[in-house]
Amino acid sequence: MIAGLTAQQRESRAAFRRFADEAIAPRADDFDREERLPPELVARLAREGYLGANVPPEYGGLGLDALTYGLLHEEVGRACSSVRSLLTVHAMTAHALQRWGTREQKTKWLPRLASGETVAAFGLTEPEVGSDARSVAATATVEGGSFVLDGRKKWVTFGQGASLFLVFAKSDGRDCAFLVERETPGLSVRPIHGMLGVRASMLAELHLEGCRVPRENLVGREGAGFSYVASTALDLGRYTVAWGCVGIGQACLEASFEYAAERKQFGVFLREHQLIQRMLTDMLAQVRAARLLCHQAGALREAGDPQSVTETSIAKYFASTVAARAAADAVQIQGARGCSAESPVQRYLRDAKIMEIIEGSTQMQQITIAQSGYQEHAL
Amino acid sequence: MSGTPHSTLGADEIRARVTTFLLRHIRRPELRDDENIFALGFVNSLFAMQLVMFVEQEFGVAVENDDLEIDNFSTVAAIAALVERKTAAR
Repeated sequence: MIAGLTAQQRESRAAFRRFADEAIAPRADDFDREERLPPELVARLAREGYLGANVPPEYGGLGLDALTYGLLHEEVGRACSSVRSLLTVHAMTAHALQRWGTREQKTKWLPRLASGETVAAFGLTEPEVGSDARSVAATATVEGGSFVLDGRKKWVTFGQGASLFLVFAKSDGRDCAFLVERETPGLSVRPIHGMLGVRASMLAELHLEGCRVPRENLVGREGAGFSYVASTALDLGRYTVAWGCVGIGQACLEASFEYAAERKQFGVFLREHQLIQRMLTDMLAQVRAARLLCHQAGALREAGDPQSVTETSIAKYFASTVAARAAADAVQIQGARGCSAESPVQRYLRDAKIMEIIEGSTQMQQITIAQSGYQEHAL
Repeated sequence: MSGTPHSTLGADEIRARVTTFLLRHIRRPELRDDENIFALGFVNSLFAMQLVMFVEQEFGVAVENDDLEIDNFSTVAAIAALVERKTAAR
């Protein structure tokens, strides 16, 4: 629990928790095994309004405040990181549009994204370009009133299911962002299987070959594609991933305390063993600290404070490393059972590892955070 | 927008506030109004977004799609001019 939540926020949190426990958690291991999210679950998320959670009400979204929005990702992430990932990438596109889209783009797309009629994905990473995202090789060539896109995008979360993509490419060396509809000739979507974790996030590779999009699909101005459009989307992505990691940590806590109370070795319950207590204590304290960092980032985001960008990076960095440690300990506590299909903690461990890579790897966060530390301390 | 409107804020005051913010991010003792902050090489990939948020919060204006010219944000003078234009248009 966090001190300082309003009654409304507590109520929302309870509703998110009920939803996650009822609609997601019981089936999350199946999603993981089958490497897919059933369409009826996506439809259910849409009905609940969760696909429009960050979209302003004037476009049909829930328009949640930053903290409540974070709580949604903690609760969904506690149940299933793949579902949380879908919420994240869909919202990243909606957020980039809301922030930097033209009036026409907002009017056309935000209501569809908010209702879930259109599900969106985010195409930045390429086979040769990951952390160095400014160096994308995909190109956009101006031809009359259109741009013609060529290139490949890889590891696109929910690429298999999305009907709209926010794709990044260079036009005359300038970073640009484009909306590309799935049916656009020249776009093909190829599923990626066999990932370590977040296995139901339905990754895809996008092949763009002479893929023509009208000029009105350019989001932000030419040259603003990375510094503004992608950065804005990734900042939101980091915030939701950070909360999702708190959810993974919380799931590890719940599984570990439950197991320690029911499993006996050497004649006593695991909870009586001091080395188990040490693991439980570290897990508890670290998950709580991660949640507080998310809380802090959320309060600054709500205020529109420029410092929120750095605080969000810190929250993501800390929460993802906490989730990975908590999940490793949760497996350790359960032993062989924790490694098996009988327990969800092996899924938490595999998912947590992914969290240290997406939306800026742990190492990229360390560089960014150190830089902001220099700024803070240089007088 | 959480910032308060500053319809009476003078150009000097706008420039002073912008300079104070920028000096926190670029490790130098001072900054001329016409120095290109992106060319100085001290800012990371998140800074462009932070600068937009600062302008919005500090001066109570909304930066929009059409304002996203890097030239609008590259010097103290350019940022101050943008703020003055946005404030006048309000």
